[in-house]
Amino acid sequence: MAEQRSHITATDVAKVARLARLDIDAETLVHFTAQLSRVLEHFGDIDALDLVGVDPMTQPYPLVNVLRDDVEQPTLDTAEVLSAAPEAEDHRFRVPPIIGLEG
Amino acid sequence: MPQSASEIARRVRTGETTARSVVEEHLAVISRRDGEINAFNLVTGDSALRAADGIDARVARGEDPGPLAGVPVAVKDNLCTRGVPTTCSSRMLEGWHPPYDATVVQRLSTAGAIMVGKTNLDEFAMGSSTENSAFGPTRNPVDTSRVPGGSSGGSAAAVAAGMASVSLGSDTGGSIRQPAAMCGVVGVKPTYGLVSRLGLVAFASSLDQIGPFAGSVADAALVLEVIAGHDPGDSTSIPQPAPSLVAEVGRGVDGLRIGRVVDLPGGAEPEVEARLEEAFAALVAAGARIVDVALPSFAYALTAYYLLAPAEASSNLARYDGVRYGMRVAAADTNAMYAATRAAGFGDEVKRRIMLGTYALSAGYYDAYYGKALKVRRLIADDFARAYSSCDAILMPTSPVVAFPFGDKVDDPMSMYLCDIYTIPTNLAGHPAMSVPFGLGAHGMPVGIQVLAPTLAESTMFRVGGALEAAGRGA
Repeated sequence: MAEQRSHITATDVAKVARLARLDIDAETLVHFTAQLSRVLEHFGDIDALDLVGVDPMTQPYPLVNVLRDDVEQPTLDTAEVLSAAPEAEDHRFRVPPIIGLEG
Repeated sequence: MPQSASEIARRVRTGETTARSVVEEHLAVISRRDGEINAFNLVTGDSALRAADGIDARVARGEDPGPLAGVPVAVKDNLCTRGVPTTCSSRMLEGWHPPYDATVVQRLSTAGAIMVGKTNLDEFAMGSSTENSAFGPTRNPVDTSRVPGGSSGGSAAAVAAGMASVSLGSDTGGSIRQPAAMCGVVGVKPTYGLVSRLGLVAFASSLDQIGPFAGSVADAALVLEVIAGHDPGDSTSIPQPAPSLVAEVGRGVDGLRIGRVVDLPGGAEPEVEARLEEAFAALVAAGARIVDVALPSFAYALTAYYLLAPAEASSNLARYDGVRYGMRVAAADTNAMYAATRAAGFGDEVKRRIMLGTYALSAGYYDAYYGKALKVRRLIADDFARAYSSCDAILMPTSPVVAFPFGDKVDDPMSMYLCDIYTIPTNLAGHPAMSVPFGLGAHGMPVGIQVLAPTLAESTMFRVGGALEAAGRGA
């Protein structure tokens, strides 16, 4: 595991960019790989800690489900919300085709 | 230096001055200085003057417009303002008009405050110098060849230059306290959950918190009293009323136990270390007792934070996909549209953090990175709990360095991240902390001393902050 940490390759970075839905050109890929590699190297410091049996902490406070009474309340205006969209049609957000072009 | 908010409100409420003249004075400072400083993404002069006239009309009718009557406030541009552009200093949101106001913006307005503009930040609040803004960096009013800190650099600079009396920022890993220290103003990160985040554009939801910048500790307390308190619109909002804080500022520190961290990570500039020693001495002279405490996991907070915050950011920023708001780059299908839009809309630091977070959460690395960071977070919270069993507050520097020249760190992410080494641990623990200006460091730049306190112990924090301010004024 410790070895995985200090070496992030351009292939890894390209894969991560794809997962994160970010187009990335070849030059930026090289640049980011070097920068992320240095950051990840520093992150190896926590390997020195004994974390066996430590309870993970996701929030400063235990999250509880917060419910309100089921009563109608004013909400955002549909026309105002849709007016912020790049493209809208017939009370809906319009997007390009989802399937069938790239496979 | 900024005009005092409590003094402005007093004079406006008693009719000694008008909100209009106060706002006009501040707009004049903005037009004189902001061309160089670039603290504002947008100045809302016309609506500010209209609001001022409304306040003055209420005073004339014998009404009380509230504790911040006529106080000009600047608002970080990641807080939603209805019908007023909110950009997060990103091309992604350029031209977006939110359909609602953040709760804090509403509360300021209800208290009589007047928004004079939206302030510059590192894109989506990711950075420590405000150099990552898509609209150009903000300059430090103390020395315009230097950064103001970040990410709330615009809000810090606006107050430091007297362009607003007070301002709001957001603090995920130090983004209020660090620029406050670098610009020589007071900056407060409240307890996680004390201030509603409804309408704050999310960066890292388990860490983000909104807080004030001000020219004095008392003004910061006054603003926090206004914006704090339960909001049913934020499920992480603590169901308690706002605390009373202004009265704490002058109470003194007699009998308080102040923690000195014996194993604090080094690396602070010698002048910063010297100011910290003077701050301890000032509190002892004021009747406090110094107690040694240990925070053995503190040094690992940087790694935990720069795994957890990017992981949460990678999820929060998935919403910028060119569908519902903001930029869209046209492409033949949705996947290509998402990737092209995000590539064009986000700057480099945002991309780096999204990728870092995506990597830390991806199959094969989740346990080694994200899972481990969550456990380190627990160790840090446990360290603080132990320390606070023997002290009431902890003192340390806000930033290891004073404001640095432009370009010094912007292409070296790790050296930029190290600026946050003293501010990050409190965000991980969810505790309150504040930065109080305390003398000067290298190059005559301001030094901030940080006061840390346990969960919801803002009253203690403001007592210590008030005592430091009183001592620093004499120094």
